[in-house]
Amino acid sequence: MPDDDPPGGDLHLVDLSKRFGRVTAVDSVSLTVPQGSYFALLGASGCGKTTTLRMVAGLERPTGGRVLLGDRDLTGLRPYRRPVNTVFQSYALFPHLDVFDNVAFGLRRRGVREVPEQVRRMLALVQLDGYERRRPGQLSGGQQQRVALARALVNRPRVLLLDEPLAALDLTLRRQMQGELKRLQTDLGTTFVHVTHDQEEAMTLADTVAVLHAGRVEQLGAPADLYDHPASAFVATFLGQCNLLAAEAAGTAGDEVAVTAYGLRLAVPADRARADRGAVHLGVRPEKLRLAGTADEVPAGHQQIPAVVTDVTYLGSGTRYLLRTGWGGELSAYTVNDGTGARLPVGAAVLAHWVPRHAFLLPRDPVERAAAPAGEPVGAPG
Amino acid sequence: MTDRSAPSPASHRTPAARPAASVPGGGPGRRRVLPYLLVLPGVAWLVLFFGLPLVQLAAASLYDPTGSLSTGYVFAWAFGNYPDALATYWPHLARSFGYAGLALLLALALGCPLAYAIALRAGRWRNLLLVCVVAPMFTSFLVRTLAWKTILSDQGWLVGLLRDVHLLAPDGRLLATPFAVVLGLTYNFLPLLVLPLYASLERLDRRVLEAATDLYADPLRTFLTVTLPLAKPGLVAGVLLFFIPASGDYINAELLGSPNEYMVGNVIDSAFLVRLDHPQGAALSFLLMAAVLGLVVTLLRHTRGEGSPALDGGAR
Repeated sequence: MPDDDPPGGDLHLVDLSKRFGRVTAVDSVSLTVPQGSYFALLGASGCGKTTTLRMVAGLERPTGGRVLLGDRDLTGLRPYRRPVNTVFQSYALFPHLDVFDNVAFGLRRRGVREVPEQVRRMLALVQLDGYERRRPGQLSGGQQQRVALARALVNRPRVLLLDEPLAALDLTLRRQMQGELKRLQTDLGTTFVHVTHDQEEAMTLADTVAVLHAGRVEQLGAPADLYDHPASAFVATFLGQCNLLAAEAAGTAGDEVAVTAYGLRLAVPADRARADRGAVHLGVRPEKLRLAGTADEVPAGHQQIPAVVTDVTYLGSGTRYLLRTGWGGELSAYTVNDGTGARLPVGAAVLAHWVPRHAFLLPRDPVERAAAPAGEPVGAPG
Repeated sequence: MTDRSAPSPASHRTPAARPAASVPGGGPGRRRVLPYLLVLPGVAWLVLFFGLPLVQLAAASLYDPTGSLSTGYVFAWAFGNYPDALATYWPHLARSFGYAGLALLLALALGCPLAYAIALRAGRWRNLLLVCVVAPMFTSFLVRTLAWKTILSDQGWLVGLLRDVHLLAPDGRLLATPFAVVLGLTYNFLPLLVLPLYASLERLDRRVLEAATDLYADPLRTFLTVTLPLAKPGLVAGVLLFFIPASGDYINAELLGSPNEYMVGNVIDSAFLVRLDHPQGAALSFLLMAAVLGLVVTLLRHTRGEGSPALDGGAR
């Protein structure tokens, strides 16, 4: 809030928990959002991401844990005393006020001077100049979204909370607003905490993504880290598609971990292994799998699995192959249509091969039925 | 039919709706007649049971005042009936609005928190509480008022208790006082205020209230700048539904008051049924109607421009 406050600092959630009756929505979440960063809370619906956000806003009282902004403890503060503002999922604009008064609402409550100047500046920033006297009901979804943004940002919050802000918009508009959100965040340098279930949105926008699952932080890191080196099978499959092979690891030898999967002896670099002994998942992303007709075509040092093409889907920029392995498992491969190499027909015998560094090992619950992750491609396409 | 309101968003988005009306089927002529046919029963009802009696009453208010029911009345454009009635009974008219106004203030003080609590805070008790608000309506208006007469009577426990604790003089009374009449009006018409107010509070988008809290509005400011303006249609409806019957009421003054507390309703009642002075009763009826109408129009005019910048800007 106001410039007379001490500067914000990083946002810390410390062992933050929320239980509704017997249901634990948020289970002892601890994380730090660096000041000025674009942070995404990513998870499926019901994972506790919105509840976490509401606890930061003060709209939900935590059952345990603390919310700190710099050195300041916000935990017990009422929402209207917190230097944070929210962009609500449904925008929640005041239907009885026009655009100008919606945006001016927070400034007036705090008795700020120069309300008109600040409101005009903010409306210009979200490209809504000229719409001051419109009511929310007379605006399109995208315009309402901008008003909601302006209404929150005009207060210069230390942290801007965004609760699925783009969920109600169609794809084109969503892409456009993503660009604008990123631009605003970069221009203003405000800390953004963005809740979304859309992994692509999180990866596009955020500097840091926290993947939430069943009320806990499953993994936290830069989008590329999460994608290329996931910490769990959940993260691997929630962020894009992934081939996971049930395998047994025999421990680290040198800088490699030796793995046996369905009788095949494979190896993964030790620094790519999150587990090196016992039941593991061997993960390879579909676009990291390459297909060769004969063993001669497989470059030296590559790992390989023999398989048969069962389905070919031409996608324009690339081709998606479904492969059946010797043990009956399924693999998914994606090749870029860069003009090299011909498309393979259904029924072709191939060798699926990959650079060892492109695979990763994840711990696997040994009781898990071995059949289930038998190389089934899991997760959302793309 | 004329469309005086601004074009709705719906009509914007479906420009096809209008031309479609003239496509096949019955043709344009038939489509235009149908709406009139649909309103016909309502209009007929209104003409028969509101229009005609009103005309009859207007005529009666202009009868020659020297006539009587036995000798017969003569229509005489006797506009003098109005100033005469006003000169004699203006205290009753004033008392009607005074009592109804006081009762309205009391009902607002009771009803606003009640409606707010039921709509936004009652949770699973909401329906039960609503039933409690409506339950008195299951018994007759007359019976309820008579019950109050017993409660407030000089021999009743309430008066006894108040006398014992010296809140009431040893010979003090509750019955036959303005207090009793205002209390009766408040009690009898309270549900009419609470229900529409409840309905508009209940429809309120909670997320908008959360947004206000998020934007630095404490609970009081949230109520004044968001809850109240959004509930205004219900509040206006409730105020009208309460005030109109309360200002015309005569049962409460009759049963809980004395001739000193008589309202204009009592005078009209006696003019028609006791003194059989129809011209005067009719003239008073019209005066009451005009006064109420004037108040309603004023109220509506002042509340139409909801959430104007001036209204919000003043609340810095």
